[in-house]
Amino acid sequence: MASDNGANATSEAQPRPAKPGAGKRVDHAAGARQFLAATEHAESHDERVWAMRQRRDAAVETIPEWEELRDLASQIKTHALTHLDEYLEQFEANAKANGIHVHWAADAADHNRIVHEIFQENGVQRVIKSKSMLMEECGFRQYMDAAGFDMIETDLGERIQQLDDEDPSHVVVPAVHKMRSDVSQVFSKTLDSDPGNDDAHYLTEHQRQATRPLILDADAGMTGANFAIAETGGFVVCTNEGNADLSANVPNLHVASIGIEKVVPRVEDMGVFIRMLSRSALGSPITQYTSHFRGPKPGGETHIVLVDNGRSERLGSEKFWSALKCIRCGACMNTCPVFRRSGGLSYGATYTGPLGLILDPSIDARRYSNLPFASTLNGSCTNVCPVKINIHEQIFEWRKVLAEDKQVPWTKRSSLAAAGRVLASPKSYRAALKTAHSALHYLPDWAIYNRLNAWGQVRDLPDVPAEGTFHDWYRKHRLNTAEAGDNE
Amino acid sequence: MHIGLFVPCFIDAFYPKVGIATLELLERLGCRVDYPFDQTCCGQPMVNAGCHAEAAATEQLFVDNFAAYDAIVAPSGSCVHQVRDNLTAIEQTPAVKHVRENTFELVEYLHDVLEVEAFPWACFPHRVGYHDSCNTLRHLGHGKPSELYGPSFSKPRTMLSKVEGVELVTPDRPDECCGFGGTFSATEPEVSGQMGRDKIADHGRAGADYIVSADTSCLMHQAGCAKRIGAGIQFRHIAEILNGANA
Repeated sequence: MASDNGANATSEAQPRPAKPGAGKRVDHAAGARQFLAATEHAESHDERVWAMRQRRDAAVETIPEWEELRDLASQIKTHALTHLDEYLEQFEANAKANGIHVHWAADAADHNRIVHEIFQENGVQRVIKSKSMLMEECGFRQYMDAAGFDMIETDLGERIQQLDDEDPSHVVVPAVHKMRSDVSQVFSKTLDSDPGNDDAHYLTEHQRQATRPLILDADAGMTGANFAIAETGGFVVCTNEGNADLSANVPNLHVASIGIEKVVPRVEDMGVFIRMLSRSALGSPITQYTSHFRGPKPGGETHIVLVDNGRSERLGSEKFWSALKCIRCGACMNTCPVFRRSGGLSYGATYTGPLGLILDPSIDARRYSNLPFASTLNGSCTNVCPVKINIHEQIFEWRKVLAEDKQVPWTKRSSLAAAGRVLASPKSYRAALKTAHSALHYLPDWAIYNRLNAWGQVRDLPDVPAEGTFHDWYRKHRLNTAEAGDNE
Repeated sequence: MHIGLFVPCFIDAFYPKVGIATLELLERLGCRVDYPFDQTCCGQPMVNAGCHAEAAATEQLFVDNFAAYDAIVAPSGSCVHQVRDNLTAIEQTPAVKHVRENTFELVEYLHDVLEVEAFPWACFPHRVGYHDSCNTLRHLGHGKPSELYGPSFSKPRTMLSKVEGVELVTPDRPDECCGFGGTFSATEPEVSGQMGRDKIADHGRAGADYIVSADTSCLMHQAGCAKRIGAGIQFRHIAEILNGANA
């Protein structure tokens, strides 16, 4: 889907949270700190992403049966996922009958190798590619770069990210964290645009003129898919720029990478999902282009790579399987107050925002162990989700799993264990309150987990109440001293 | 109906007035209220961080303190959410189930159980921005969150509208999280602080003199942010206003 062009210009440098190396934990808080320090970027990001949430609300208001649609979408996905083997086989058989070549990839490496082989067999050198989170997940861009292929992104936002050698920061609007002046800088460095010109129309037109010839000369095109339809063997790609249609139709060879969870039973299911996808994402009734692909064009060739990459394993997980229902609308990101203020790159992962918090730890529990804590558990993500994934409950559940798995730092666990001991004993609790000079000197120490500095860094602490604790007040005003058989 | 008053640990330590207002209000409304003396906490600090085993003994103490009451009422939505939905580190005995099913947040108790129609003793002639805490709004069902389609309702606003003089004002983002989030306030202080400052500014633009909420923890966080930046807006727990506080 399209990038939003409404960003302002600024002379402030774009914040670039560092991606930790292999084996390191992603530190979301540090990335967020860096993002917020660039105040113009941070404000602009919050406002632009919130605007998408507001447009979504306005669109939802026009559909009285919205909550029923959410139920229906959720049920269709549950049905498809609980009969996934049958629908995948049906999809494969029908796709083959339509003249499509079908491949199965167990993991990311398999996917990359299969596509590489298809290209080698067809003498492909230059590839155009429509935005696909699955290909990001597989590290496909980096793989093809290393293998010496020219890869051109056809989605504008994704093209900006490609030219800037950055990951997408949002599942729908990949360059939403950039301001107009940032794009101007990238284009002036990579496409020779006028460095002094950050007019959005100028920049878009310049990019178009620079990239179109590369697109028209490509040997192969790649797309993802939003939905794969079992009963027809066709698949559906939704974009606002028509860029997937370029990728699929300009060259004779079309390769589509499709996660196995994208399969739905029937064409008529599209009547539910297409109504919800773009309304949830951007607040528009439908994407500008909703393209159905059934088979190769005359004289052309179409391949589908069905990718597992951990999905079957997740399907077997009692608590987390329903994350596979996700249709990648990004509504949870748009509504998430933490995402809006920290920017997608601070997540250091392919999937950012609330969805990322529940998908990423299943990909690498250690690397992404901090992410489920980058949430206030406010539950807004769950309410906007068009397929009713209980996102905030899964975030809460991940914390438990990570703590049990000792992926939560020892200092935190041990201070919470200490807090648990004090709070489990009225005697210790009252003694802790009493022996300290004032509430401020003892309470935050356990109440906010030995992180007094973190609390005091951005806020003042409450005053010590003149009447003492509630407990003291109650004893003084409501009980005779003789009755107060408590643990003093 | 015999009520056990639950005064959460940080309210006990920092906001005794909220506990006092809750007790007095329930008594004004004819309730028989006890304050079990050995209470400490509901276990939420540990559970929120994923450390459920570390919360088990605290959860057991909570149940031991309150199992004898018909209803348990607390002026804190997030603690009630913990008890009702997440008090699971201990064996789910009949006593545990009884406590979990009969713990109420104050506003829902007033609205749903007591069905209070008037607060004749209360008068609060000020512009009030009501802060829907995420726990009360989305997890306890205080009202319709802005994300869902359906008829609007709000139990706390209904209660406040019965107080003479209250003028409710609405910010642009009426139910955006304020950034407290339990452990989140300490693990992500910058984002938390930014959210707190944004919340205060939004209420300020709407013309609020007071930010009122049913969740003391959100107020503690927002008041701390306001004090740090010198914002003049004031904070009150809804119990204080319904009980007749006038400024």
